[in-house]
Order: sequence, then C-alpha cells, then structure tokens
Amino acid sequence: MTGPREWWKTALGVVFTALMLFPVYWMVNVSLTKTSDMRADPPHWFPWDPTLEGYTAVFSEQLPNLGTSLLIALGTVALTLLIAAPAAYALAQLHLRGAGTLNFVLLVAQMIPGVIMAMGFYSMYIRLGWLNSIWGLVIADSTVAVPFGVLLLTTFMAGIQKELLQAATIDGAGPWRTFRSIVLPISRNSLITVSLFAFLWAWSDFIFASTLNRNGDLIPITLGIYTYIGNNTTQWNSIMATAAVASIPAAVLLVIAQRYVAAGVTAGAVKD
Amino acid sequence: MKTTQTVTVGDGSPAGGTAATASVPPARGPRRGSGSRRERATRWAAAGFAAPLLAYLVAFYAIPLYRNIELSVHDYTTRAFVQGNAEYVGLANYVDVIRSDTFTTALVNTGLFVAVSILFQYSIGLGLAVFFRQNFRLSGLLRGMFLIPWLLPMIVSASTWSWMLNSDSGIVNSVLQAFHIGQINWLTSPDTALASVIIANIWLGIPFNLVILYSGLQNIPVDVYEAASLDGASGWQKFRLITFPLLRPVSGITILLGLIYTLKVVDVIWIMTTGGPGDASTTLAVWSYREAFGTGQPDFSPAAAVGNLLILIALVFGFVYLRMQRHQEES
Repeated sequence: MTGPREWWKTALGVVFTALMLFPVYWMVNVSLTKTSDMRADPPHWFPWDPTLEGYTAVFSEQLPNLGTSLLIALGTVALTLLIAAPAAYALAQLHLRGAGTLNFVLLVAQMIPGVIMAMGFYSMYIRLGWLNSIWGLVIADSTVAVPFGVLLLTTFMAGIQKELLQAATIDGAGPWRTFRSIVLPISRNSLITVSLFAFLWAWSDFIFASTLNRNGDLIPITLGIYTYIGNNTTQWNSIMATAAVASIPAAVLLVIAQRYVAAGVTAGAVKD
Repeated sequence: MKTTQTVTVGDGSPAGGTAATASVPPARGPRRGSGSRRERATRWAAAGFAAPLLAYLVAFYAIPLYRNIELSVHDYTTRAFVQGNAEYVGLANYVDVIRSDTFTTALVNTGLFVAVSILFQYSIGLGLAVFFRQNFRLSGLLRGMFLIPWLLPMIVSASTWSWMLNSDSGIVNSVLQAFHIGQINWLTSPDTALASVIIANIWLGIPFNLVILYSGLQNIPVDVYEAASLDGASGWQKFRLITFPLLRPVSGITILLGLIYTLKVVDVIWIMTTGGPGDASTTLAVWSYREAFGTGQPDFSPAAAVGNLLILIALVFGFVYLRMQRHQEES
C-alpha cells in the first residue's frame, strides 16, 4: 500500500515521536540557554541566542565524574560477563544439577528492590571499608546485570547446535576449550547485548551511587548532576548540559546497537 | 532425560585450563553404559563453570538480604551500625512502621503510582505498537527513536521533568497558560506532586511497553488478519477480536513486569519531589530510602522493615509472573 495514505501515517508517526522526544529536546534547549534567559516567561522555545556556558561548566567540573562513571560501567560489564557467561554455559549445555532451582533464584533476584540491596550493601561495606570505592559500586551495579545476563545467555547458548560441540569433543577439546574457542565466539551477539545493558545500567545508576558513594573523592556523573541540583538551582543550563553529556553513551549505543537493545528487552521479558 | 546428552571429554578439573586430556572419541549416538565416567566429568565441569555464580549469589545477594533482615529485627543506630551491638527487638520495627501515619499514605500512593502508571504505559504502548506495526515510510526509524527516553539515565529524565514542571518558568505551565489554565504548582503542591511523578514515570515506561508489545504483535500470523479482511472486518473489529485476545499472554507478562519494576521505583520520585511535600508522593520504596539515606540521621531498622514488606509485595507479583510464564511455556 503506497501513496497518500502512507504519507499520512508517516506524518502521524513523526508527530508521535516528536511529542515523546520533547523532553529530550527541551533538555538540549535549556542546556544552551543563557542564565539570564532561564526565567523568561514565556520560555524560549528555541535557543535563539545560544550559550555554551553550561557545557564549559561540565567540562571544567564534571570531567573526573564522567571518567569515574566510565570506569564503573566498564568494570560492571567485565564482572557481569566473567560471572554470567560460564554459568550460562553450564546451565545451557552441561546439564548442571539444580539448574531449575538456580533459574528460579535468578528470576527472584531480579524482583528485589534496589533500595533493599543498597541497605544490605551499605551495612556490609561499612564493615569491609568498601564505601566510597569504585569496586564497591561495580559489585553493587553488577547485581542488576548478572541475573539478567545469565538468563539471556542461557537462552542463547541452549540454541547452539549440539553437533558443533560434539565435534569439538571428538577433536579432544575439554569443556574449557570448547567454551573458549566455540561457545564464546558463537555467542558474540548475546554477549554484546548483555554488555550493553550492564554498561547502561551501571552508567545511569543513581540509587547505589547515592547510598554507597556519597562522600567519595571520585563520584559518578549521576551523583554529580544530583549535587548540582541541590547546590545551585539557578544553574539549570549547567545541569541540563551535564545531563545531555551524560546521555551521550546511551545515544551512541542506541545508534550502534539498536537491534541488540530490542533483542535484550524482549529476551529479558518474554521467552519463546 | 539424559539419554541424548552430549558427553564432553575432560579430566574433571572444574573450569581449569588443562581440561583437555585425550580420550576415546564417543561413538555416534548415545551408547548405553559408556557415559558414567564421562558423565561424572561433565557434572564436575558444570559445577566448575557455575561456581563463580554461586559464590557471587551467596556473597552479594544472600548476605545483603540476610543483613537486611537482621537490621529489621534490631534497633540499629548509626553508632550501633559500626560497633555491631544493636539491641534485638523482634518485630517491634514492623509494628512501628505499620502503625505510623506514613504507612497508609505510602501504601495508597504506591498503589496509585503503580496502577495509574501501568494503565497508561500499557495502553499508550499498545496503541503505538499497533500503529508502528503498519508498514509506512520511516516506521522503523521512528520506532527506534522511541527507545531514547528509556535508555537515558534516570537522573537526566527526572531532572528534565522537574524543570519542565517548574511552577514559574516551566514549559508545561506556559503551554497550559495558552489554554487559559492558571499556574499549577506541580511539584510543590500536595495535590499534584503524586500526579507529576506519575506523568514522568509513564513517559519513562512507554518505550519498554512498546518494544515488548510490538514483538508480541509480530508473532501474530498475518493470514489471520487477511481472513478477517475477507470477512469484511473493520479495523476496530480486527483489534478487538484478533489482536487483543492473541496478545493476551504477552500483555499479561508486560503488565506483571511493569508491576514489579514500578514497585521498585525510587529515583524518579526522589529526584523530582523527595517524596514530598510532606508525604504526598511518598511510596513504600521512597519511604524506605528516606529513612535510611534521605535524612541526616539514618534510621536503618525501620527502613529495613519497610523494605522487607516491599519485598513481600514484589514477591507476590513475582510468583504470579513465574506461574504465567510457565503456563505460557506449556501452551
């Protein structure tokens, strides 16, 4: 079906998308607005007279925080893959005993509210002296991604053809070799999906950051924005500029890995 | 159950690097009686591959959760927290929490927050999924752009909404003014604070609902619609008699996952209103967060009690979810 009807639908689709993305546009708009124009009534719909003062503030004040977030997010990805990938292989191909129970535990683990985990971690870390540390946050953030990662990777690895693994066995490869040289390369796409989600969750985490790393020298960017909101409420262009910069990883990842994102959400929710 | 399993060769060292000892290649197909040694080896390998996960679950799930229960049955002050000599008080914290004035408010707010959020997230998500299901130019690209809000850090979305809903110079009030609706103090009035955080949360949840429902729609065979078209069914009839009923399992899971996620929400509410003014937008999760971390003086024991009540509620929905998923796998 082509012709005028299709155009009408595209136009409607553009309107819906524009409505949905308006807050994102508004964030960028405010980030470019001068402090003196911030309280204008009615507000300026477009950055007619844009300023980069907000972005200057980001780069002079928030650069270390962006680095901390990057470190935490990459650490979370590494830890998640390290724990989840072998376990998924055991669940999917090695007929692990108690697999049913483990799956159940992982599903339940995803239902535990973050606040409660935060309290548990706080009381653990205060004794271990891990508060305000990067690895402390890496561990806490990974608790969101690990169960998801195991479940997603198990679903994928269960689909690997038995003949392929059998062939490796015939060639004399043990489980470890088979895992390293066959299972991991084949699972590349699902490993990317898990990494993507682990990265984004760790990058955007607020609860663990605000409870386990509030007084550290190195704070993540989410906390950087939060302290901005508390400290100088007139500097909304700086806040929105920081927010815009903090959104860049999400935007980049979305462009690069759109199909993985959709695959991840669906795999996490509906098994078919 | 294990008759067709692939038997791997190994010396039984779990996840070790030198597991590849040479062995007799297995015959084609399962051979009776030959598996016992190798089966045992596989079992060891499986345990080895799963061991890091098990250790992880004990250290970073079981212990924090256990500590949380311990917190809730003791009277922990900040000092007792460090010294570890809190007094055992049994269920007193739970009784205090349930008796407090905040409890009813938080419970009602949680119910409203969850129910209204999900109602709108789901219906808007479904409407959009049906819309984007049609083939038109740019539909894939536009649908992809709908994911953006969901990937943004929560602090970004929440602070953007705070600024948009700002009383004096927020864009929302400015637009409403054009329709001659007077200024609304969205975040600072007890009448609208809850509505404000719900609006932001609906916006946050639409992408998730859209993605799952869209993939559910794709699993409905096209010929059902073609047959209905031949019978002269209208668009609305097709939706009511085909799409909606066939989508029911996916809808159920979407809604239940939404329930579980929404119950947990702290960040949006905390960043936008910190649960206020008063308790106007305090949910159970926010209440727990506030008691433990939100004030200068942390009160961990009641916070843990509220948290544990929240886990109970989440688990009820969780079990419904598991049952539904199992039901769906069977059919």
